[in-house]
Amino acid sequence: MLNNSVESEQKMSEFEKTLDENGPIIQAKGVEVYYGEKQALFGIDIDFQKHQVTSLIGPSGCGKSTFLRCINRMNDLVDIARVEGQVIIENQDIYSKDVDVVALRAHVGMVFQKPNPFPKSIYDNVAYGPRIHKTVTSKDEMDYVVEHSLKRAGLWDEVKDRLQEQGTGLSGGQQQRLCIARAIAIEPKVILMDEPCSALDPIATAVVEELIDELRERFTIIIVTHSMQQAARVSQKTAFFHLGNLVEHGDTDQIFTNPQDDRTENYITGRIG
Amino acid sequence: MTNPFSTEAAGLQGRHTSERLFKLSGLAAIIFAIGFLAVMVGSIAWTGSGALRESVIQLTVDLGPDNVDPSDVDGASYRTIVRDALKASFPDVKSRKDRRKLYGLLSPDAALELKQYVRDNPDAVGQVVNVWLLASDDADIYLKGGVDTSLEESQRKFSDAEVSWVDSLTESGQTKRQFNKRFFTNGDSREPELAGILSSLVGSALTLVICFLISFPMGVGAAIYLEEFAKKNRWSEFVEVNINNLAAVPSIVFGLLGLAIFLNFFGLPRSSPLVGGMVLALMTLPTIIIASRASLRAVPPSIREAALGIGASRIQTTFHHVTPLALPGMLTGAIVGMARALGETAPLLMIGMVAFIADVPKGFLDSATALPVQIFLWADAPQRGFLEKTSAAIIVLLLFLVLMNLLAVVLRRKFERRF
Ligand SMILES: Nc1ncnc2c1ncn2[C@@H]1O[C@H](COP(=O)(O)OP(=O)(O)OP(=O)(O)O)[C@@H](O)[C@H]1O
Ligand SMILES: [Mg+2]
Repeated sequence: MLNNSVESEQKMSEFEKTLDENGPIIQAKGVEVYYGEKQALFGIDIDFQKHQVTSLIGPSGCGKSTFLRCINRMNDLVDIARVEGQVIIENQDIYSKDVDVVALRAHVGMVFQKPNPFPKSIYDNVAYGPRIHKTVTSKDEMDYVVEHSLKRAGLWDEVKDRLQEQGTGLSGGQQQRLCIARAIAIEPKVILMDEPCSALDPIATAVVEELIDELRERFTIIIVTHSMQQAARVSQKTAFFHLGNLVEHGDTDQIFTNPQDDRTENYITGRIG
Repeated sequence: MTNPFSTEAAGLQGRHTSERLFKLSGLAAIIFAIGFLAVMVGSIAWTGSGALRESVIQLTVDLGPDNVDPSDVDGASYRTIVRDALKASFPDVKSRKDRRKLYGLLSPDAALELKQYVRDNPDAVGQVVNVWLLASDDADIYLKGGVDTSLEESQRKFSDAEVSWVDSLTESGQTKRQFNKRFFTNGDSREPELAGILSSLVGSALTLVICFLISFPMGVGAAIYLEEFAKKNRWSEFVEVNINNLAAVPSIVFGLLGLAIFLNFFGLPRSSPLVGGMVLALMTLPTIIIASRASLRAVPPSIREAALGIGASRIQTTFHHVTPLALPGMLTGAIVGMARALGETAPLLMIGMVAFIADVPKGFLDSATALPVQIFLWADAPQRGFLEKTSAAIIVLLLFLVLMNLLAVVLRRKFERRF
């Protein structure tokens, strides 16, 4: 089993090299989203770099979640939603006909605002993804993946003695880390996080933020947040949305210290939003 | 200075009065409803309790070699033996008409009972023994105090002569009442004292099995499809409205449908639990679909998002996560639907499950009847002896309904979701 993971790690690093040569991992080109008649996003163009954390900020209702959900096609679930434009992940347009959302979501994981562990055991929560994608076949290997994922999510020490207990019985912060462990257990390339800390207290938030910083080494992370401080703390890049438009995006330092657009400045200084 | 919070404040009195009136009227309605229920169940139970006891008469029968050949015990004429015993007890009864009345004190089954007794007690052959034999329904009613002797003789079925015979038997301790096992082990019969509910109970059980096997998987499947897979558009709305309409269709219409399609078109066996179950399944289906959809809708969307978000397909999401959480609610709905089907009479009448069935059905294709239909048949029967049977059968039916609803409540409590 160790062999296997070493092998896969080797494969991963080779893969990463080729990717780095290929430039950004995700490119959005003219993404527009309509909910029925109502347009929620207007021509979004943005690139996301590998191994970076990008924050999406902006006032409520500006389309951050909508955009995030375009990246793993969760908007497909909304009957009235219609997406136009292109989202290219690793040179593949994910809205082209030959893309299967199941395969896509195995590569683009998601962590939601409200912790939503399955009402199953902690072990099964983490093991579910590898099990359905059949990336892990033996019981030993599964044990390893579960342990490894929980360790990377910083939850292992707290739950190692009660893996068979219900995931829903954990505290809110632990549940959110369990959800992160569940997302990374299938080794996605990208992790999308929609306000992952909004239901957590400051201490749990700090733990998750630290975790995000560590996960950056292996994954590309896009995080929606309402907290400027959080954006400043965890992300290298920041994108500011306003009324369905991408107003400005760039290095986090630059956005927070020297915004180019008035709307951005007003928002981060607390005058709108 | 006046108290601003005074109870005398303007308009307050009127508001309090209306509140009190509303409470009172609500309370009155509840008391009325409970009282009505108590009276109804009480009177049925009172009448029905009689059916749990049967009257038996003790006779001295001669099983001597004249009557029973020890080498051929089954060949003896037990009818004659019983009649002789009756004659011996009342030697002054001479006329044919009176004799026939005298024989009528015992159930026609008394001879069979005696035969059974002899089989069970081979030692009794050749002896003169006292045996308890089942009384007829008329004697039974009299012994239970159901005959008003102050009435003119011509106005009642039980004549003065019969009264005097039974009285003299009672005086010499030759009558008693015992628990009526027969009611639970016999099928229907023309004789009230022999009639039991077993055949209809088994018929009901077989019918419900078919009903459940058809309506539960179909109902749950339809609900899952509509709730989890179907696009919400005009079509699905149309289907939804029609399912709700279907739930409100009078049950007899389903009976007619079953008659036309299952019997006349497909030629399935009449009066069989198979067809009965299919008809009841049609009727229960909308109920189960509606209940199942409600319990699917109660599963928080975050569970679906969680599963889809890590790349589970829709089928996997539905069957690994959503359906298990909704299953208790679906089962509850199904049990309530089954309870309704159990009490249903009209559609079964339409497909001929109203025939006189004395034998306990052995399979899904045998002729059978159902408990509520049995009640209907007995309520319609002319003999007074069926009165208490009817009530007793109603009690049994109510008991099953209460049990099923209780089961539904227990299930709901036990699996109540905690998120
Ligand atoms: N399922 C939906 N159906 C219709 N309109 C929707 C739906 N989801 C979002 N919208 C609309 O799209 C716009 C963008 O919503 P979105 O949820 O992306 O905002 P957001 O930036 O994530 O806001 P918040 O910070 O409050 O989460 C809003 O105007 C919203 O009303
Ligand atoms: Mg949002």
